[in-house]
Amino acid sequence: MNDKTYMKELLQEIQSYKQEVSLMEVCGTHTMAIARSGIREMVPANIKLLSGPGCPVCVTSQGDIDAVIKLCREPGIILCTFGDMMRVPGSESSLQEERSRGADIRVVYSPLDALEIARKNPEREVVFLGIGFETTAPTIAVSLEQAERERINNFSLLSYHKLVPPALEVIFSDPDIRVDGLICPGHVSAVIGLKPYELLAAKYHKPCVVTGFETVDILEGIIMLLHQMSQGEARADIQYRRVVRKEGNPVAVELLERIFQPEEARWRGLGPIPGSGLKLRSAYEFLDAAKKFQLPQIADLPIKGCSCGEVLTGKISPRECLLFGRGCTPLKPVGPCMVSHEGACAAYYRYTPAKERN
Amino acid sequence: MKIDRVLLAHGSGGLMSQQLVEEIFKKEWNNSYLEPMLDGALLDLPAGRVVMTTDSFVITPLFFPGGDIGKLSICGTVNDLVACGAKPLFLSTALIIEEGLPMSDLIQIAQSMARTAREAGVQLVTGDTKVVEKGSADGIFINTTGIGVIAEGIDYRPQRIQPGDLVVVSGTMGDHGLAIMARREGLSFSTPVNSDCAPLFRIGQVLEAFGGNVRCMRDPTRGGLATVLNELARQSGRGIKVVEEDIPVNPAVAGACDMLGMDPLYMANEGKMVIVLAPERAAEILAELQKIDIAAEAAIIGEVRAEPAGLVLIETELGAERILGILEGEHVPRIC
Repeated sequence: MNDKTYMKELLQEIQSYKQEVSLMEVCGTHTMAIARSGIREMVPANIKLLSGPGCPVCVTSQGDIDAVIKLCREPGIILCTFGDMMRVPGSESSLQEERSRGADIRVVYSPLDALEIARKNPEREVVFLGIGFETTAPTIAVSLEQAERERINNFSLLSYHKLVPPALEVIFSDPDIRVDGLICPGHVSAVIGLKPYELLAAKYHKPCVVTGFETVDILEGIIMLLHQMSQGEARADIQYRRVVRKEGNPVAVELLERIFQPEEARWRGLGPIPGSGLKLRSAYEFLDAAKKFQLPQIADLPIKGCSCGEVLTGKISPRECLLFGRGCTPLKPVGPCMVSHEGACAAYYRYTPAKERN
Repeated sequence: MKIDRVLLAHGSGGLMSQQLVEEIFKKEWNNSYLEPMLDGALLDLPAGRVVMTTDSFVITPLFFPGGDIGKLSICGTVNDLVACGAKPLFLSTALIIEEGLPMSDLIQIAQSMARTAREAGVQLVTGDTKVVEKGSADGIFINTTGIGVIAEGIDYRPQRIQPGDLVVVSGTMGDHGLAIMARREGLSFSTPVNSDCAPLFRIGQVLEAFGGNVRCMRDPTRGGLATVLNELARQSGRGIKVVEEDIPVNPAVAGACDMLGMDPLYMANEGKMVIVLAPERAAEILAELQKIDIAAEAAIIGEVRAEPAGLVLIETELGAERILGILEGEHVPRIC
């Protein structure tokens, strides 16, 4: 049986479920894959797919973005960042704008590249902007260990890392958000394993399925969720077995624990969540850019008219935002969900279903 | 040559400049138009409408799997001429070189330009070299301008596109964009991906025999297939509908794009054409295209419709229909 026939069968199976359910895809990569393949339009209307807070760029708080912009203006600083952050609007500027005004901002694909820049520029201060979930944090931990080993003194990390499970807990406990089941992120789960979802599933009685990113994976994941719901069950399960193991990646987890400790972090849309961020343990504090440059915590100033917060929690769909496609487009983004490659607004904008055109 | 790097003095216009021209460019590009060393080239053009096009090439790294900036600078301009329906004839080039570029790199680039021009049947007839201070350029920037002539009865402007026409691509999409990104970022894949960088004049030769049955042609370079299809839809005022699974994509490119969160339909190609054909002889034309190695994987990927005017639709593998939009901003890999 080829993929196409199999997909048709999966779709038919999904269409046979008649109850009203809301499923949330947590991860931005899922949001993109769902929009690109058109799954949202092909599943029946009683199965609602919500997009969740799984885009690391999008959930970075406005105050934290403003702090980065402040830092990159300091003389002597080289700010290294993933490309996705360049166009994210702060309150009054973006990294892209700052670069055009002379700030030294370099797009890298790995923190190890940033470390190399630090080695080559001993007279400058190189700051790596750490944005991401449990997936990106281990490579950053590796670069920090290396910096310590080589005694590279001009390298530091601005850690805005976030942990996924505490955010899911907030979503499940919010009475305004109806989520009956979670399509859980594939890559993050490859690190953290199934345990966090087992706890969530048991506590809130909602099924969670760790799912891969191909169209077939997502359809299978949806079926696994629907199946549990129709049986009245709420377990954590893995669809993405070719990559994710129940125990996750203990080596990566141990590495994270050695370097970082959980702390409260500010999320766009969800606010401050205890234990949802990663700060450097005291042995590594000398690599903490916030401490090194005495960066103040900047208040979150809401962007006028921007509903990214509601979009990130699944309270509204991107198209329900008044700015969507009018005041806010990928070329002139108002909020991060329209900028990031993983942002729900960007996904809905780029992959518009034919019937939605106007 | 004893000096192993390009110096500012090489751009001074004096003796060192002359040496550079004599020992590298004249030697490699040698032809009767260049030989007299006049301020410009005197050209005799065959009858027909003359097409002129220009392009500048800035790329990191200068050497990449499947090509280099020299080859690219010839292919890019030759392919623009071919896309206009012209037989490429003459090229000019201007090189802006950063002080300190290894002389061996410059020689290799000049040789690559000469070889590619020979393959493409064009001659480099005039050129200019400037050297700028270190930090003012990135190794070398190359501009090429090309002149070609269109044969009687050939017109590939998008206004000729009609509902019912078929849309063809001459091969796999996204190879160049991915090869460059992989090289630039030090990503390695189990199956290496080469840039598809190639001169496409033979596609032009094959199509010429079919006259008006070929409606339009364009090369999907920056912005990739999706961008070119949108340009064609908008400029022709027609709708275009393509089928995702009919679009050829090298499996290694598809796999890498999945991993990076990139879309091969938005990635650059440097050796491919998008061709719109009248339906009557499309099968025959496709078969002829597939006989040449650079278009062996040519495939029909969709059709032109009256509606929705100016838009491109794509049918996904799941059977959903969505708008295939134009790329907004940069196409960058995702974080997690």
